[in-house]
Amino acid sequence: MKDITYRFEKALLNLDKVEARRLLDRVGNNFKPLDLVSKIVVPALERIGDAWQDGSVALSQIYMSGRICEQLIDELLPPSSDKRKHQPKMAIAVLDDFHFLGKRIVHSHIRSAGFEIKDYGRKTVDELVSSITEDDIDVIFISTLMYPSALNVQHVKEKLSVAAPKVKIVVGGAPFNMDTKLWQQVGADAMGHDGGEALKYINKMMEE
Amino acid sequence: MTSLQRVLTTLGQKEPDRVPLFLLLTMHGAKELGMSIKEYFSKGENVAEGQIRLRKKYGHDCYYAFFYAPIEVEAWGAEVIYLEDGPPNSGNPIIKDAKEILKLSPPSVKGNAALEKNLKCIEILKTSGEEEVPIVGVVMSPFSLPVMQMGFEKYLLLMYEEPEIFEHLMKINEEFIVSWANAQLEAGATAITYFDPVSSTSIIPRELFLKTGYQIAKRTLARINGPTAVHMASGRCLPIIDDLAEVGTAIVGTSVLEDLSEVKAACSKLLTVLGNLNGIEMCRWTKKEAEDAVKSAIVKAATGGGFILSDNHGEIPFQVTDEIIMTIAETARSYGKYPLKK
Repeated sequence: MKDITYRFEKALLNLDKVEARRLLDRVGNNFKPLDLVSKIVVPALERIGDAWQDGSVALSQIYMSGRICEQLIDELLPPSSDKRKHQPKMAIAVLDDFHFLGKRIVHSHIRSAGFEIKDYGRKTVDELVSSITEDDIDVIFISTLMYPSALNVQHVKEKLSVAAPKVKIVVGGAPFNMDTKLWQQVGADAMGHDGGEALKYINKMMEE
Repeated sequence: MTSLQRVLTTLGQKEPDRVPLFLLLTMHGAKELGMSIKEYFSKGENVAEGQIRLRKKYGHDCYYAFFYAPIEVEAWGAEVIYLEDGPPNSGNPIIKDAKEILKLSPPSVKGNAALEKNLKCIEILKTSGEEEVPIVGVVMSPFSLPVMQMGFEKYLLLMYEEPEIFEHLMKINEEFIVSWANAQLEAGATAITYFDPVSSTSIIPRELFLKTGYQIAKRTLARINGPTAVHMASGRCLPIIDDLAEVGTAIVGTSVLEDLSEVKAACSKLLTVLGNLNGIEMCRWTKKEAEDAVKSAIVKAATGGGFILSDNHGEIPFQVTDEIIMTIAETARSYGKYPLKK
């Protein structure tokens, strides 16, 4: 299985969707779709995320890898499938910002792992808090590129601590990558450098 | 030495009297003039006055004639969204569908209100100096501009999946950016910073860079009639340093994600290193942390010249206090005197 995962990862980095599909098909008879996800897709995406952090993989490769995985997994587990994981209830948003690629990457990584997640698009602080409480969200992923937007996470935190104090806030984006203490400063519960780390956070939460 | 002499000496891979310092301040000029960011950037006269006051205050070695990243797409008709406490953003992309690229034509620099105010700023700075101070003009590279023209996701798909339309867009952008850079030089800019974050290995792998951003930079820089600096705007450059040395630039702006001494060594006196104080951490630095960061950068990269101290992004955040900026400037002046203390 390790060999398949390694070759799947290589296929993703080479943007070879045909080979990636062939590898999943090859072992598909022996595994349920969610097992394929947890044994092949998620480890490959996590390794690609680790490689992004050490600088050996580029953002474009992460984006394209997530896109290929999302398409493949959507075929195995259509959005309407009852086998998809609907817990915890998650949403993702860009806060006060006009840069969407980071959100798109994390969204596709989470969906590639068989989870469903609401995509809120771009929201202001008040709009975001309102959507989170209306949808009874458990985990909100917030993506930012601009520093003032990253600082605004603390306003989300303040408002949620009154309206929905159990909601977990996970942040990501350039300001948090550049200053590794910033996520704590704004009151987030965790930060992720990439989609792989977002998945690790969800899995850790599921175990608890 | 004048600021210009200091910079030219370090570009010649020799040690000047002290380490040159480029404080790449943009929005802080609005604070100096007591204006909102939007009002400040509405006139070239404001930005010129802001730059003059900032240099008088901090004594650094350049005027930075950069307004905001979306100025080029503003010239194409895009909306600019102003914030109270951050750099202006580009609004909705002007290219909604890749097919629109085939009908696209670049705006004329002459007579374009957005670009003319920037040129006005450069003209005022050129005639205002008591001494020769480098005036740093800025362009977004033809290769990185589409992130704002069409959005990052659509642009990545264009790059990977529609190479012919991608090439068409590059040709259009190259014509525009060459005209824009040369207009800034004619107005009085000493050099042009060529912001090219998409070429960074943080964004695309080297193999793709060699087929795209590298070729585009070579073609574009060859037609810009003055010296240039290639800046990755916080992105990594170490894996492509040798390639950047071939594109015809003199300076590379490097990321805080990379070790400054490794970047300096890799430049092998072929490029001058610009960087790499952490602009985001700078927002919460104490004076001691600011001093330590400046000293560390100087120890790592200043020996033998070929180094300009700066932030790593090409723009110091609005939230960085005057006290910290002053500490950076004073530490660079005292600790950065050549010969450096062992």
